Amino acid sequence: MTNIKKLISKPLFLPIFCMILVMAVNIIFDAINGNFALNFFTISVRNGILYGRLIDVLNRGSEIAILAIGMTLVVSCSAGTDISVGSVMSLAASFCCMLLAGFGVSSTSSYNVPLFVGVIAGILLAGVCGAFNGALVAFLNVQPMVATLILFSAARAIGLLLCNNLIVYVRVDSFGVFGGHLGILPTPIIIAAVCILVATVLLKKTALGLYVQSVGINRKASRIAGVRSERIIFICYIICGLCAGIAGIIASSRITSADSNNIGLNFELDAILAVALGGNSLGGGKFRLAGSIIGAYTIQAITTTLYALGVSTEQAPVYKAIIVIIIVAIQAPPVKAFFARRQAKKAALKGGVA
Amino acid sequence: MKSLKKINGNTLLLLITIALFVVMYIAGCVVYSTKGFTHLQTFLNILINNAGLLCVTCGMTCVMLTGGIDISVGSLIAMDCMFIAVGIEKWNMNPILLMVLVLVIGAVFGMVQGFCVGYLKIQPFIVTMAGMFFGRGMTAVICTEQVSVSSSELFVKIAQTKIELPFGAYTNNKGVLQVPYVRIPVVIALVVLIIVFLMLKYTKFGRSLYAVGGSEQSAVMMGLDVAKTKLKAYVLSSVLCSIGGICFCLNTMSGSVQQATGLEMDAISSAVIGGTLLTGGVGNVIGSFFGVLINGTISTLVKTNGKLLSSWSNIAVAALLCFFIILQSVFAKIKEKSK
Repeated sequence: MTNIKKLISKPLFLPIFCMILVMAVNIIFDAINGNFALNFFTISVRNGILYGRLIDVLNRGSEIAILAIGMTLVVSCSAGTDISVGSVMSLAASFCCMLLAGFGVSSTSSYNVPLFVGVIAGILLAGVCGAFNGALVAFLNVQPMVATLILFSAARAIGLLLCNNLIVYVRVDSFGVFGGHLGILPTPIIIAAVCILVATVLLKKTALGLYVQSVGINRKASRIAGVRSERIIFICYIICGLCAGIAGIIASSRITSADSNNIGLNFELDAILAVALGGNSLGGGKFRLAGSIIGAYTIQAITTTLYALGVSTEQAPVYKAIIVIIIVAIQAPPVKAFFARRQAKKAALKGGVA
Repeated sequence: MKSLKKINGNTLLLLITIALFVVMYIAGCVVYSTKGFTHLQTFLNILINNAGLLCVTCGMTCVMLTGGIDISVGSLIAMDCMFIAVGIEKWNMNPILLMVLVLVIGAVFGMVQGFCVGYLKIQPFIVTMAGMFFGRGMTAVICTEQVSVSSSELFVKIAQTKIELPFGAYTNNKGVLQVPYVRIPVVIALVVLIIVFLMLKYTKFGRSLYAVGGSEQSAVMMGLDVAKTKLKAYVLSSVLCSIGGICFCLNTMSGSVQQATGLEMDAISSAVIGGTLLTGGVGNVIGSFFGVLINGTISTLVKTNGKLLSSWSNIAVAALLCFFIILQSVFAKIKEKSK
């Protein structure tokens, strides 16, 4: 009994538990349908590429994982969420493709500017968007969600303007690499791994991680202690923007085009869900990057499972919304207090009997 | 001098809004005078097109007064429209009954959200974002394709009724007498506006909304049931949103999954432009009304131009929102300093 309690109180319990639950659903589903029960875990090599549902989850989940890095920092330091990430992804993709193809061109088979210029410009523009959000939140004290609401609506519209209301196709093989394969592995997995590595080093080896947490726990106290709260928040939003940019380039490269209306649609919910699922409080303060990342892949696993169960793309949000509310409700202080009270009552009863 | 003192930061914001609307409209009249912008009907069309938005904004204002936010409204409208459209076309139900059902759905929807916000103390944004995705997904569950309403005579009749105004008639360049008209949604929206205005000003509930938004702690100490007030605010918002959904459905006469996307943004920006503070406690629906008018004028200007892409109106509204948010925070800083 005590062992179970210890297990539940572990910080990474929630995301890992959810992941196991999803896998169990997959196994049961496969078994019912008469397929090989461990279909979910089989990995094979076809046409020189790793193939399998697990790989697919890792591959498709890359964008969410990258977004989750930035979102974790933003949630931690400002106790709010950046809801513009999906739109900023779309903007970064549109800007990159617009530069590569030239303005007003809807399909190109040769680059207008070198590839790396386009990609870096796209990511930088996303960084600028992050800086805009950060400036509003950090220096003007606007609530994070409202500040990011501006770009939530505007970024996608600006992306459409940049693309002249067209879907810009970049039909060059080298552009498809970011969403395709590098050797045997899908590239998005590699990019996500690199981003996670960089973020971990940045947070563990420098003081940034500590500063972010201290600002999140108490902004005023950390300022008095000598941490520049405003600047830390500003930096977090820029990092979040850059992450959104990288994710946008991957998403765009997958379809070798910039579809402003659809790239990054609903990704903000997934990213926030990943953070919440990772056991991080949406009220800010302490954070666990590992939790968010496991959360991100769990969400992708849920999505993949939903699709495998025959739920359409448009209907999937219903289930995700229900999951969000349940997770957040469990974390809510009054609910926690309720369970704590019940536990105390039980303990008191036990004590009385003994 | 005395009257000058009365104009504090908040009324100033409202005055700026009204001035902005007048300037914008006059500019439109001057620039597009050849395209019929000066006719009364253009103004009435703004009202007709934004009747639904006006209802939604009234609800949004009430929620924002408590310091919360409701971004589920756009999807709730899509869900309502789809429900009405499918109900009429596929289930052959009475439109009036459907409209009542939609209001009930709205109330339940708002109750769940309000419970999460008020009693479970979850951030309003997260709750209503889940609501937003739930609504949009639910729309797809009801039906994934676009459904247009045509089989119910009663519904079509309500939707197409023109209420002609007794003044402002003019003859157009073909020599036909044009009588300016409004449609039923406009009447509904204006009634909603007046009721909400009176409610906020004179009822206990209305005043407690301001109290909760102004300072939650003081409200608790005053003996107000904060959780209950919040719950009621979200229910009110969702019900008004459902009324807006009915107006919207009467206007478009169809339901589709992609309907009213980004409407929450329009509603929030209208309320903010109208002087409602995001931190709660300050604002009224008259400002929101002008916010909606500004919103409508911008999109009408973009449409009248004809050459601009429609995303320009999105960008213009976002820029305005940004401007007003910055203005608000500057006012707040000045206030803090003067203390």
